[in-house]
Amino acid sequence: MTLVRLALALLASATLAAPALAQDGTLKKIKDSGSITIGHRDASIPFSYYDDKQQPVGYAMDLCHRIVDAVRAELKMPKIDIKYQLVTSANRIPLMANGTIDLECGSTTNNLDRQKQVWFTITHFVTANRYMAKKSAKLRTLEDLKGKTVVSTAGTTNIKQITELNVQKNLGASILSANGHPEAFLMVETGRAAAFVMDDILLYSLVATSKSPGDYAISTDALSVEPYGIMVRKDDVAFKKVVDAAMVNTYKSGAINGIYSKWFLSPVPPKGINLNVPMGEAFKKVVASPTDSGDPAAYK
Amino acid sequence: MKYNWNWGILLDLEPGGSGVYLQYLLVGLGWTLTVALAAWVIALMLGALIGTLRTAPNRWLSRLCTAYVELFRNIPLLVQMFLWYFVLPELLPRALGDWIKQLPPPWGSYVPAVLCLALYTSVRVAEQVRAGIQSLPRGQMMAGTAMGLTLPQTYRYVVLPMTFRIILPPLTSEFLNCIKNSSVALTIGVMELTARARAMQEFSFQVFEAFTAATLIYLATNILVVFAMRVVERKVRVPGYISAGGAPQAGH
Repeated sequence: MTLVRLALALLASATLAAPALAQDGTLKKIKDSGSITIGHRDASIPFSYYDDKQQPVGYAMDLCHRIVDAVRAELKMPKIDIKYQLVTSANRIPLMANGTIDLECGSTTNNLDRQKQVWFTITHFVTANRYMAKKSAKLRTLEDLKGKTVVSTAGTTNIKQITELNVQKNLGASILSANGHPEAFLMVETGRAAAFVMDDILLYSLVATSKSPGDYAISTDALSVEPYGIMVRKDDVAFKKVVDAAMVNTYKSGAINGIYSKWFLSPVPPKGINLNVPMGEAFKKVVASPTDSGDPAAYK
Repeated sequence: MKYNWNWGILLDLEPGGSGVYLQYLLVGLGWTLTVALAAWVIALMLGALIGTLRTAPNRWLSRLCTAYVELFRNIPLLVQMFLWYFVLPELLPRALGDWIKQLPPPWGSYVPAVLCLALYTSVRVAEQVRAGIQSLPRGQMMAGTAMGLTLPQTYRYVVLPMTFRIILPPLTSEFLNCIKNSSVALTIGVMELTARARAMQEFSFQVFEAFTAATLIYLATNILVVFAMRVVERKVRVPGYISAGGAPQAGH
């Protein structure tokens, strides 16, 4: 009996402790420690990746540095150290939850399911789910995938959508799952699969950095719309307000145009490849009226 | 720790439409076991053969088997998976390579996964078998010859039956390793238990629930295997050689 009571007491204190921690929040943590930790990816070109000097760089990283500047101004602490922490899709949530990272700057899709666990600031990119195939295969639309072997990366929203569409539209395609984007690309390259379904911006960068970029084409049909967001801790209203304001300021001041063309319309390190992806209509709308919505319908 | 625990997620529908997440993970366990069991059967047969031949008095044969063992145990399992999946079809004649690549899913990744895990495990089994044979007193081999048995007969009726009874406990560990190592097959697209836990955390963002569930499923499976093997070990142990836990010691 005592054991049960002890367990209950522990449980109760654990649940009580959680909201107390949230009230302190990220701002207090930054103020006390004098540093902020940015979570970044290793190969999400051009959003967040290592350049040839093993420094984390990218479009999302530039946006995050503006956010840190805003935090410095808010706390009136000109000297806040920036620490970098490499994250993967598997550990970004635990590291955000346990306070290791304060911002996750990469290419993470903002959707309603995920908002049960974390919050996202203003959308920084809008991508569409498309597929890439060899030009010689002449595939362009969703219908063209009928009876073909299609690959996508395991555990992504993309593979989930193509699985659903395959059933809905009765395509009869066989769907393979690959462990990572490079493996999936390799499957198309070696002929194991006819098409690779993924966020179009990632497909553009994979094709641009491949051995023979001229051999591949991206589909005209878009299967869905995916907004990318920078992750912050859930229920931290004060911190999100500062972060959101910094993002809105970046958009309203026009600074976004310079940052965007630096990463999407100019050669980027490490190989000096130009992705040449002009700003899409959906993202132009976000810049005009910033939103942090996780509902794809808000970007139509 | 600011984490939104939600164990109920295990009973939520998974987006692929096959059922709830728990069911999704258990189907993953099914794949884990189908890969591991198939690989284990091949590994036992190959391992017994190679391990025995390594102790055979033919120098070239034993050298050949040593080369096989060193090849497969010195390359990381992950690298071997990639070689089987991506490199092998390119090395084979065009028609055969294309046929392998066109195998319908999941067999296109299942077959290389089983072959890879089987060969990797077989060299570990082979080493256990060799160690087992060499642990026997040399007199046993001589006794067999003295009775007029040929060399293969001595192995078949005298040496190997003893060896397998002696190396059963380490073989249990190898089988458990085989089950756990099958998770590497996720890198070539087999949707086994770990792959499904990863997919679940990606869909739902409930990382800890997904991996805790997967951990408990692995643990339960392996404990079952351990208990089953313990029964077998007790049944076949050689009295006086290796004493199973709690057996009365002679002379005390």
